[in-house]
Amino acid sequence: MGSNANQQTSNAHLTTPTPLTGAEIVWATLVGEGVTDVFGYPGGAILPVYDALRKFPIHHTLVRHEQGASHMADGYARASGKVGVALATSGPGATNLVTGIATAMLDSIPVVCITGNVSSKVLGTDAFQEVDITGITLPVTKHNFLVNRADDIAPAIRHAFQIAQSGRPGPVLVDITKDAQQATAIFDFAAAKPKPYKPHPMLHVDDTALTQAAELIRNAKRPVILAGHGVSESGAMEQVRTLAERTQTPVALTLLGLGVFPASHPLSLGMMGMHGESWVNDAIQEADLLIACGMRFDDRVTGKLSSYAQKAKKIHIEIDPAEINKNVKADVALVGDLRAVLEDLLPRVGGRDGSAWLKTIEASKGASAVRDIRNLPDSGHLYAAHVMHDLWRLTGGDAVVVTDVGQHQMWEAQYFHHEKPRTLITSGGLGTMGFALPAAIGAKFACPEKEVWVVAGDGGFQMTAAELSTIVQEGIKINIAIINNGYLGMVRQWQEFFYDRNYESTPLVSPDFVKLADAHGIPGRAVRTRGEVEDAVQEARSTKGAYLLNFLVEKEDSVYPMIPVGSALHEMILRPHKNPLLEQPDDE
Amino acid sequence: MMHTFVAYVEDLPGVLTRVASLFRRLNINIHSLTVGRSERPGLSRLTLVCEASAEAGHRIRASLYKLENVVEVDDIAQAPSVTRELALIKVGATKETRSAIFELVEVFRARIVDLTADSLMVEMTGVESKIEGLIEVLKQSDSPILEICRSGKMTMRRGHHTSRVLRAMGSAGDDAIEPESVDLTPEGAAIEPE
Repeated sequence: MGSNANQQTSNAHLTTPTPLTGAEIVWATLVGEGVTDVFGYPGGAILPVYDALRKFPIHHTLVRHEQGASHMADGYARASGKVGVALATSGPGATNLVTGIATAMLDSIPVVCITGNVSSKVLGTDAFQEVDITGITLPVTKHNFLVNRADDIAPAIRHAFQIAQSGRPGPVLVDITKDAQQATAIFDFAAAKPKPYKPHPMLHVDDTALTQAAELIRNAKRPVILAGHGVSESGAMEQVRTLAERTQTPVALTLLGLGVFPASHPLSLGMMGMHGESWVNDAIQEADLLIACGMRFDDRVTGKLSSYAQKAKKIHIEIDPAEINKNVKADVALVGDLRAVLEDLLPRVGGRDGSAWLKTIEASKGASAVRDIRNLPDSGHLYAAHVMHDLWRLTGGDAVVVTDVGQHQMWEAQYFHHEKPRTLITSGGLGTMGFALPAAIGAKFACPEKEVWVVAGDGGFQMTAAELSTIVQEGIKINIAIINNGYLGMVRQWQEFFYDRNYESTPLVSPDFVKLADAHGIPGRAVRTRGEVEDAVQEARSTKGAYLLNFLVEKEDSVYPMIPVGSALHEMILRPHKNPLLEQPDDE
Repeated sequence: MMHTFVAYVEDLPGVLTRVASLFRRLNINIHSLTVGRSERPGLSRLTLVCEASAEAGHRIRASLYKLENVVEVDDIAQAPSVTRELALIKVGATKETRSAIFELVEVFRARIVDLTADSLMVEMTGVESKIEGLIEVLKQSDSPILEICRSGKMTMRRGHHTSRVLRAMGSAGDDAIEPESVDLTPEGAAIEPE
C-alpha cells in the first residue's frame, strides 16, 4: 500500500478514490483543502503522519515548542485569511497547543490543529503521553473531533475546515488515534465533503430592522461607527467606508479592527477604549448613535458598562447572535454577515452633513494632542512611542506588524498607523504574551513578499524566544524590535497607578538580546537614543536575513491615556501636563 | 427565573458534555436534564431546566446553537406546553402499614409497581408540584421513604411541532423541518420544499 502511494506524484488521489493509510489521508485531505504550510512538532503518537509527509507537497515548519505551532498557524491565518494548520503529538504536545488555541478562539481565527493520540484500544487508560485533549480543548475550540477510524479522518478534517472558516471563525481540533493513522481506508476526497454549511439559525436581518437602522442614521446628529475585526473577516472594508463617507460619520476602531479603515482617512478617529485617545472615547460618550460593525463591546472597549454611551442609540451589526445584548443593549440588532447587511442597508441610507459634529470632535483633540510625546522635543531619551512612530515612518506603514502583549502593543496601536487590514497581528481577546515571535513566523509564511516586524516587550519575547531557532532553520527574513524597559511594563504601570508603586515581581532581568540573537546566527544591535533609531531600523530592513533590534527604552514610561478598570470611558487618566520622565532635573 | 430549553442534538459521544459544559462555564446550575431518543433518527431530544436571569435565555439559546451537534433549540419560557416528570419512590411498608400507602397512591393517581414484604415502589407521573406533594405526604406518613428517583422535567409545546414553531419564529435550521406525522421517517425524507 505504502509503496503505491510513495510513487504517487500527482494529485490523482484527490479525484479517484484510492486506498491510503490514515496518515496519508491526513496529508491528502490537507492538500485537497489547499494547505501548503503546516507548523508542528513530531512525537510518538503522530509519527505515522510525519512518516507520510514526504509524499505530499506540503512544507512543514519544525517549531521549538508546540505553543509556537498554534501561534504560527494563527499568525498564518491572520495574515492570509486562510486556515492555519498546526500539528502536534499526544499528551504534552497537545496540551502545549492549548494557549495558542485559546488565543485563536478569543480572536475568532480559523485554525485547524491536528493531534495524534494513543491507540484507540488504550484510550482512557492513562497510557504513556495520553491526555484527553478533546476534553481539555472543548471550551476553547469551536468544535473538536476524536477520530479512531481511518475512514473518519478525511470527513473530520474537511468538516473541521468548514467549521473553522464559517460564520464567526475559530479554531477546531482533530485528535486522531495512532491506530487510525496506521490503518488503511479508501480515500475519497469528494465523498468526505461535509454537509452544506448551515448558518446559525438565529441570524436575523429583516426589512423592519433595516428601515429602523436607516431611520436612526438619518436622524442622528452625533453618530460614530465602531468598526471591529468582523469588518475584515467579512471583507466589508468598502461597505464600511461607503457608509462612513456617505453619512460623514467618524469611525472608531477596536484593537483588532485597526487597519479595516484607513488611519489616514479624514473620518478615522483611531483606536477606542482603554488606551484610545480621549477624544475618541469622548466622542463615543457624547454620541447619539453608535453603529457597531463586527465588534463585540469587549470590556476593554466599553469601560464601565452602566455609564457607557448613555446618550446613544445602538445599531449592532454582528454575525454571532450570542453577542447581541451580551454587554450593551442594542436598539436595532442586524444579526448577519456584516458585508451582506451593509449592502442591504446602504441603499436606504442617504447623504448627510456631519460637519458640525466632526468640528466638535476636532476641537476636543486640543490639549491632548499637544502633549503627545511626538510633539515634545528630543531630550536624548528613547521612548517606545518614538520607536513606533519612526518604525511607521520608515516603513511607510507598509509592513505586517506582529505585536506581543503589553505596553508596546498599545504604543504600536497608537503610533503605527495601519491603512490596510491584516497589517497588524496581535492577540487582543486573550492577551497572550509570547504570541509575537511565533505568530510573525506564521505571517511570514503567509506573505513571504511582505516586510514583517515583530514588536515585543522584553518579558513576552522571552516566553517564546526559542523560536529564534525556527527562524534560522527556515531561513526566513523577520525583523525583531524588542521594546526593552527592564519591567513587565504594563503590569508595572498598573502597580504605579493602582498599587502604590509597589513594583512586586515586575522588574525583569533579561539576557543580552543582541548576544542571544548572535548565538542563533542572527545579527542585531542595541539602540539607546532616538538619534540611532532610523539608522538601526534601516539596517534591519536592508539585512538579508532576520535582524534583531534591542530598543533600550525609558524604564518607567506609561501608556497614556488610560481608562482605569471599572471607570467610565470619559474618566480617562490623561497624559500628564508635565511629562515627569521628560522633564527631570538633570534635563535642560 | 426558571428557564426550560428543549433541544434536538446529534446522538453522538460527548454531545451531552458540550451542552452541560456551556452551563458550567456560565456557572449556571442545571436543575434537571432529561435526554432520550426523538422521532428523528440520529437525533436525541433533551429538556434542560435551569435558573438564570430573564435576559440570559436569548444568549443561552444562541450559544447552544453555536455547538456543532445542536440542531434545534427551543426556549419554552411561558409558551403553552405540557410538562411531566416521572418519579419512582421506594417506601418501607409492611403488611400492616401498606393500606395507608395504597390510599395515598389512589388519591395521587400513582401506581404501585413493586411490592415486597417490607417495601413497595410507587410510580408517579405528573407535574413537579404533584410529585413534591406525594413525597411530602409520604414523609408525614408512618412509612419511611427509602429511595427517590426522579427523571427531571420533560416538556413539549402544545399544538404545532416544535420545528414549525421555531421556523415561524425565523430561527430554526434549514433541516429543522418537522415530519407531519411522527412515524420514523428516515432523515431527509421528510424535508418538504420551502
